[in-house]
Amino acid sequence: MLFKIIATVIYLAVLSFLAYSGFKGTKNASDYLVGGRQIHPIIMALSYGATFISTSAIVGFGGNAGLFGMSLLWLTFLNIFVGVFIAFVVFGKRTRKMGHNLDAHTFPELMGLRFRSKFIQGFSSILIFLVMPIYTAAVLKGGVEFMATTFNLSYDVTLFFLILILAVFVSVGGMKGVMYGDAFQAVIMFVGMAALVLVVYIKLGGIVSANEKLTALASNASAMDQMAGKTPAGFQGWTSMPAFNSPLWWTVVSSIVMGVGIGVLAQPQLVVRFMTVKSNRELNRAVVSGGVFILFMTGAAFAVGALSNVLFYEKYGQLSVTFAGKADRIIPSLITEFMPSWFSTIFMLALLAAALSTLTSLFHAIGTSFGRDFFEKTLGWKKNSVIVTRLGVVIAILITAVLAFVAERVEETDGVIVMGTSIFFGLCGAAFLPTYVGALYFKSLSRKAAISSVVTGAFVNLFWVFFIQAKSAKLLLLCNAIFGKDNLLIGTGIEKLTMVDSIVIALPVSVIVIVVVGLLTRKQADHAHVDACFSGIK
Amino acid sequence: MVLGIPDFWIWSVFVLCFLSTALCVVYGLINWNKGGEEEPKQIEEAKSWEEKEEIVTEEKGL
Repeated sequence: MLFKIIATVIYLAVLSFLAYSGFKGTKNASDYLVGGRQIHPIIMALSYGATFISTSAIVGFGGNAGLFGMSLLWLTFLNIFVGVFIAFVVFGKRTRKMGHNLDAHTFPELMGLRFRSKFIQGFSSILIFLVMPIYTAAVLKGGVEFMATTFNLSYDVTLFFLILILAVFVSVGGMKGVMYGDAFQAVIMFVGMAALVLVVYIKLGGIVSANEKLTALASNASAMDQMAGKTPAGFQGWTSMPAFNSPLWWTVVSSIVMGVGIGVLAQPQLVVRFMTVKSNRELNRAVVSGGVFILFMTGAAFAVGALSNVLFYEKYGQLSVTFAGKADRIIPSLITEFMPSWFSTIFMLALLAAALSTLTSLFHAIGTSFGRDFFEKTLGWKKNSVIVTRLGVVIAILITAVLAFVAERVEETDGVIVMGTSIFFGLCGAAFLPTYVGALYFKSLSRKAAISSVVTGAFVNLFWVFFIQAKSAKLLLLCNAIFGKDNLLIGTGIEKLTMVDSIVIALPVSVIVIVVVGLLTRKQADHAHVDACFSGIK
Repeated sequence: MVLGIPDFWIWSVFVLCFLSTALCVVYGLINWNKGGEEEPKQIEEAKSWEEKEEIVTEEKGL
């Protein structure tokens, strides 16, 4: 325990020092919002990765891989190919240049300036301010639970201290403090996850032997008996895809792989990072560390999560979910049961780092939406945006703290972390992705088309999440409060649609709207303004 | 059976994860020094924005 406390104190001291460096280096709004556009490529890539990957990815989705198997590796593939390669090379370069041309400091500001629409900036900022705290609270809850268990503290006390640290760190350090902190934390996360995947594969005799053992487990009748009722129908083993069109297939493919894998492209807290570097060269360099980092995060977490079944079965005759009790406890149980105690300290710090690095960036994004986008730019409140943004950060932290406080007291919280993540990623995909692509690639796209797509995508997505999608509608209770049933399609002939994730419906609707309205209004674009936006973009 | 995995869709994604990482590494290394040509001009622009911003801030007495 003493070692754990000392390690945590050193870790927090380094973070404080980095926040202070960020504070000293923050001279104006540009520094606070986009790190003065002078961030080093490795810091940028690690910060992007550490923000992208939270406790949710490692504990939540890693635990899900223990249950559903290696089919989740499709998400890893999308994380690397779409979340890093396409995001940096295809979107990042244009975003950086256009952000520079327009002197945009946040994602809503970029969209607002590109289409000369205060409405887009205001609407996006409100959406971020209202919905991002759900995801943030899910990540915060994961971090607090983990720390509380490790240090044997109560949930509320840990929540209070963590909130205090976060409030000081983000409001003081700004983007520079956040990104320096992210990079430091990314290194801890990398060491923790790389050691974990190596140890597990070595214990099981190498990649082929370990995978063969996992495959063989699916032919073991007593093991498969333990899986009865643990997953939606369609499970065929940990090294096989779920049966096509089964409920499990829809969960894995639509909610987890598509929802999170594609939604990542239009995440405000990630997009803004492209605007923190000074040239495309930095983005080219950042692709290297970004790709390797993500492979070792989600790739390692999902492989290890699935393989944990072999370890638990060989030692206890139980599958990991049987031993751990629920999916969210699989990865922590694996660490306690199979790793040396010094490793659990490193892993504890890695998880804490994963939680804090994502949280600080989310708070920064919510705060800037509140201060810069809503008050300063939409309402035209001419105050110092750094001060208003700091206030926004503090308000965002308080809202998130209240949500995390309440979440602990909600009876059914299993899988909330994964659900909160999917909801937020899905919303970003449906509301922002078509307009973001249009802003970067289609010069003749009109303001009306952009507004229609953002609004339709957001509302269709939220409607689906609150009233149709079985899992989320049931948990969010709004449908039950208004209509007295868990979702609107229950008991109807099209009930199967309740398995489909919101992004699968809302994103195509949003795309159709932007294409149709865009074609109808294509002559309305202001050419001089568009030329200024695309200046220097080939 | 490839890499101890019988299902085509799983072993192919296992391999794809490594290939996509390799793509990131190779792309980054090939283009390591490309894309920095406009840097001096952009730094100048950024400086003038910062100066403008500071003047605005000073005028408001903030």
